[in-house]
Amino acid sequence: MVACRAIGILSRFSAFRILRSRGYICRNFTGSSALLTRTHINYGVKGDVAVVRINSPNSKVNTLSKELHSEFTEVMNEIWASDQIRSAVLISSKPGCFIAGADINMLSACKTLQEVTQLSQEAQRILEKLEKSPKPVVAAINGSCLGGGLEVGVPAALDMMLTGRNIRADRAKKMGLVDQLVEPLGPGLKPPEERTMEYLEEVAITFAKGLADKKISPKRDKGLVETFYFTELTAYAMTIPFVRQQVYKKVEEKVRKQTKGLYPAPLKIIDVVKTGIEQGSDAGYLSESQKFGELIMTKESKALMGLYHGQVLCKKNKFGAPQKDVKHLAILGAGLMGAGIAQVSVDKGLKTILKDATLTGLDRGQQQVFRGLNDKVKKKALTSFERDSIFSNLTGQLDYQGFEKADMVIEAVFEDLSLKHRVLKEVEAVIPDHCIFASNTSALPISEIAAVSKRPEKVIGMHYFSPVDKMQLLEIITTEKTSRDTSASAVAVGLKQGKVIIVVKDGPGFYTTRCLAPMMSEVIRILQEGVDPKKLDSLTTSFGFPVGAATLVDEVGVDVAKHVAEDLGKVFGERFGGGNPELLTQMVSKGFLGRKSGKGFYIYQEGVKRKDLNSDMDSILASLKLPPNSEVSSDEDIQFRLVTRFVNEAVMCLQEGILATPAEGDIGAVFGLGFPPCLGGPFRFVDLYGAQKIVDRLKKYEAAYGKQFTPCQLLADHANSPNKKFYQ
Amino acid sequence: MTTILAYPFKNLPTTSKWALRFAIRPLSCSSQLRAAPAVQTKTKKTLAKPNIRNVVVVDGVRTPFLLSGTSYKDLMPHDLARAALTGLLHRTSVPKEVVDYIIFGTVIQEVKTSNVAREAALGAGFSDKTPAHTVTMACISANQAMTTGVGLIASGQCDVIVAGGVELMSDVPIRHSRKMRKLMLDLNKAKSMGQRLSLISKFRLNFLAPELPAVAEFSTSETMGHSADRLAAAFAVSRLEQDEYALRSHSLAKKAQDEGLLSDIVPFKVPGKDTVTKDNGIRPSSLEQMAKLKPAFIKPYGTVTAANSSFLTDGASAILIMAEEKALAMGYKPKAYLRDFMYVSQDPKDQLLLGPTYATPKVLEKAGLTMNDIDAFEFHEAFSGQILANFKAMDSDWFAENYMGRKTKVGLPPLEKFNNWGGSLSLGHPFGATGCRLVMAAANRLRKEGGQYGLVAACAAGGQGHAMIVEAYPK
Repeated sequence: MVACRAIGILSRFSAFRILRSRGYICRNFTGSSALLTRTHINYGVKGDVAVVRINSPNSKVNTLSKELHSEFTEVMNEIWASDQIRSAVLISSKPGCFIAGADINMLSACKTLQEVTQLSQEAQRILEKLEKSPKPVVAAINGSCLGGGLEVGVPAALDMMLTGRNIRADRAKKMGLVDQLVEPLGPGLKPPEERTMEYLEEVAITFAKGLADKKISPKRDKGLVETFYFTELTAYAMTIPFVRQQVYKKVEEKVRKQTKGLYPAPLKIIDVVKTGIEQGSDAGYLSESQKFGELIMTKESKALMGLYHGQVLCKKNKFGAPQKDVKHLAILGAGLMGAGIAQVSVDKGLKTILKDATLTGLDRGQQQVFRGLNDKVKKKALTSFERDSIFSNLTGQLDYQGFEKADMVIEAVFEDLSLKHRVLKEVEAVIPDHCIFASNTSALPISEIAAVSKRPEKVIGMHYFSPVDKMQLLEIITTEKTSRDTSASAVAVGLKQGKVIIVVKDGPGFYTTRCLAPMMSEVIRILQEGVDPKKLDSLTTSFGFPVGAATLVDEVGVDVAKHVAEDLGKVFGERFGGGNPELLTQMVSKGFLGRKSGKGFYIYQEGVKRKDLNSDMDSILASLKLPPNSEVSSDEDIQFRLVTRFVNEAVMCLQEGILATPAEGDIGAVFGLGFPPCLGGPFRFVDLYGAQKIVDRLKKYEAAYGKQFTPCQLLADHANSPNKKFYQ
Repeated sequence: MTTILAYPFKNLPTTSKWALRFAIRPLSCSSQLRAAPAVQTKTKKTLAKPNIRNVVVVDGVRTPFLLSGTSYKDLMPHDLARAALTGLLHRTSVPKEVVDYIIFGTVIQEVKTSNVAREAALGAGFSDKTPAHTVTMACISANQAMTTGVGLIASGQCDVIVAGGVELMSDVPIRHSRKMRKLMLDLNKAKSMGQRLSLISKFRLNFLAPELPAVAEFSTSETMGHSADRLAAAFAVSRLEQDEYALRSHSLAKKAQDEGLLSDIVPFKVPGKDTVTKDNGIRPSSLEQMAKLKPAFIKPYGTVTAANSSFLTDGASAILIMAEEKALAMGYKPKAYLRDFMYVSQDPKDQLLLGPTYATPKVLEKAGLTMNDIDAFEFHEAFSGQILANFKAMDSDWFAENYMGRKTKVGLPPLEKFNNWGGSLSLGHPFGATGCRLVMAAANRLRKEGGQYGLVAACAAGGQGHAMIVEAYPK
């Protein structure tokens, strides 16, 4: 019998913590000392219902840690042993978070496979007990309930196990994951979050009593998988071995296609479920814990955990709180970037001016913001009313009216230094003294832009990535003169916009563009050597890049790529050589600007998903054709030519002090440029793959092509002393 | 108990020996009585303001309020409004030609009579030279009609105003879907057969799905009952408390009905049916019966049920208001003054129904009165849970400090002065008409029970609220 039930709550975010005391009897069955020593879990008894509160100390979220496991086991055993208690409610003391999942720190602390396996088995045991609990257990969930938390709250569904999706409460109800929804309450006699938690508890207690008294019948009394994933009919079909084999095969195929075999976890999950169904649940559990242990020990797991830690780091403002909160934002240029920045600002409540030079440009930009919001309405993430009130934060205009109130101006005009200089001067004439001028440029050095400024300490670079509403990264560029408060303000705005932020020093191409440029140069070279764009795309995606290299050029825009290649080529010379930029020049002259013009390496048509190669490219490619060097042109070599140039340049950025930490470098590469997440970023990749191996490869390519492959000093140092790691 | 006993005497001046004599007696009975404001004088003798015309209520009437779908179900809104108007003419014998202006409130508009005030006035035989307009402000539409009239009189634009409200929930406009409407409008414009045929070919069966008028907030898509249930939960109002309060409302309404206190009702001969003489929604039940009901909005654990909510109602009301000197010149003995009033608004999601809490202290402060000065409270009862949540909010220092910007709580209206003749829960709540009923109940109660000041307050969709001071006209 699955006695576990869940009551969800439409979550609302807040850091308010509940202090509770009144209204229930605190009881403890093993003596008061145990109660005092419990730090993660405590429980009280209301009538015949035990209310178990989960509260990881000194943390915003509850995670499944060793301590929590053992205390939970203790508490549940007491509850099962007690005669007075007939049912139990599990609830978090933290509004907005039930259990966020396993404690990553706990997992990273595990040195051996056995340790993890053991942890996993402990968790299984208690979950199994929960599932077989003779007394009804109701999970009252407010906010995030992910991973292992979901297993505690609601026995998990197969679909969720595989993709790790976040499901909104109302959808969870529809999927049958939770039984009842409690809507958040407004202000009453206590802060809303506090009262909402109380109310959730009250409802859960009533529900638990109802279950214990058999007034409410547990409808979901089937086995784990059957209940949640399969309907009655398919459940029957699953009893036939042949059908089962077909299902496994199908699921496996689909997973392989989606992950390209780069992420081991989904396939292992299928294995485990298979074992569970074919050989019984005990074997399934055993296999689960072993596979879990194996997974934790993989490179992929280390890489992803590293990214998690890096992301946490990049979600903090290391400059502290700015003196003045930015409330009024102005954006210059309503193009793709400008409108995108506007979109992620208005929905966070920033009053935003979107200024463009022409009405057509402005119209397009405003429509982009509206469409972005309206898409959310279609997905039911917003109501039409919320959309309208968010949209009213946006003012579209052609003049500088209202700039006297702006706290920050972000310019996103065309990448042309003289134009940037002109708008900077125009803007400085109308903005107040405290106002920050941020430039969204992907390659122009900020200090050059700031050269004409009356107040260079207020000038900073904020490099967003396209599409702004989807790409999480924001690269903030500080010059020598940028003041600390200006940086603090820019980071605060970026965090408000929901961005993951890396802060880098000024220089041509900063960090991200600079890493990408040599790789792009190599892309051109490879294409010149006769590799078909489709083949190149499949080589890069199978290496773990989310977007193929040729497609990436089309997405970024061929003209932008040309601009960057020329600018950086001038500065870095040979190191950025390899491909012939003439390819890009010819493409631009023919109007093949990539997706935005409908043609690039591929042909793009509205409403057509299939991408065809642009056959007009053949003549351009033919005219620039170079003979491939068969020694370094295997599929793997092609992949590594691209990746090693990227990695080499990234390490160079750290060496030159453009980057402050390797962690920021990894976050920037993964979240901004799509560096394969399974590799964890260029620095993690060097650590896990081995600096020596990378240097060897570089040297091999150097021999074949020249200086663009010369390993940088820092990388060479790491290769020479194997103990040196970017992450200790 | 004691305060009820003390009622008739407390308005007398302290110097009156008669009052003192009575006041001493309870003092000797129990210490608790000392607190009773038996001989307390009003903070203010009257609310008349220099250089502003006094506005008086000559009288007001209403049709009986009926559950929708009963005797009024075949009428149109202007029929009900007309009945209230002719009833008012009959009751006050006011010559039609002296009425300067007519204002009515309504919520769900019948599209054929969108200015229902004008249609009803014409039908009731008012001069076609008397302009009329219709206002809408959800459940405080009639309040808005009255205060609009007060403004017209106070500013010297008019002397005599008829204000009122009407709602007919038995029939509501149910529309074709937007797609269907668009198709029909396009068909209208189509010039050739070919165009028409190509338009008709676009027709799909789902175009026929009708669009019902929602009793939901447009901004939040939440129905009012759902919001009321959340509000009750936020203030920890129990199901039992709500049922008890609803029972009180029904019992008091029944008592008032039996004792003939609901004198604002005018009988209405419904064409083709019997004359309707009294409200038909008053049904005192028992707590046991009420406890059996399932929650109506938040299932299965909500607390708002059909029994502790106001029901869909048909009804109309009308009130004759004049400049005081005009009324006196015409030989009327007015019933009450309409004094300070206040409109408030707040968050339509979480504080949808808290209007009375916000409006009450503001209107009292504006008038220079305190809660103790009020002898008759007439609050609109949308839901038991709403009234009780407002009570808890008014009684909470925490709420006052955190949400109202006040240092101390508003204070609780004493229950023995509160909706003594029933309320919207029992009498019914025709959205557009309730405001006039509240004012007449306050005025009539002050005359009957004694006392000088009445306070009318109501919440409304959109998170709005209203409060007004009604001062008894000296006898």
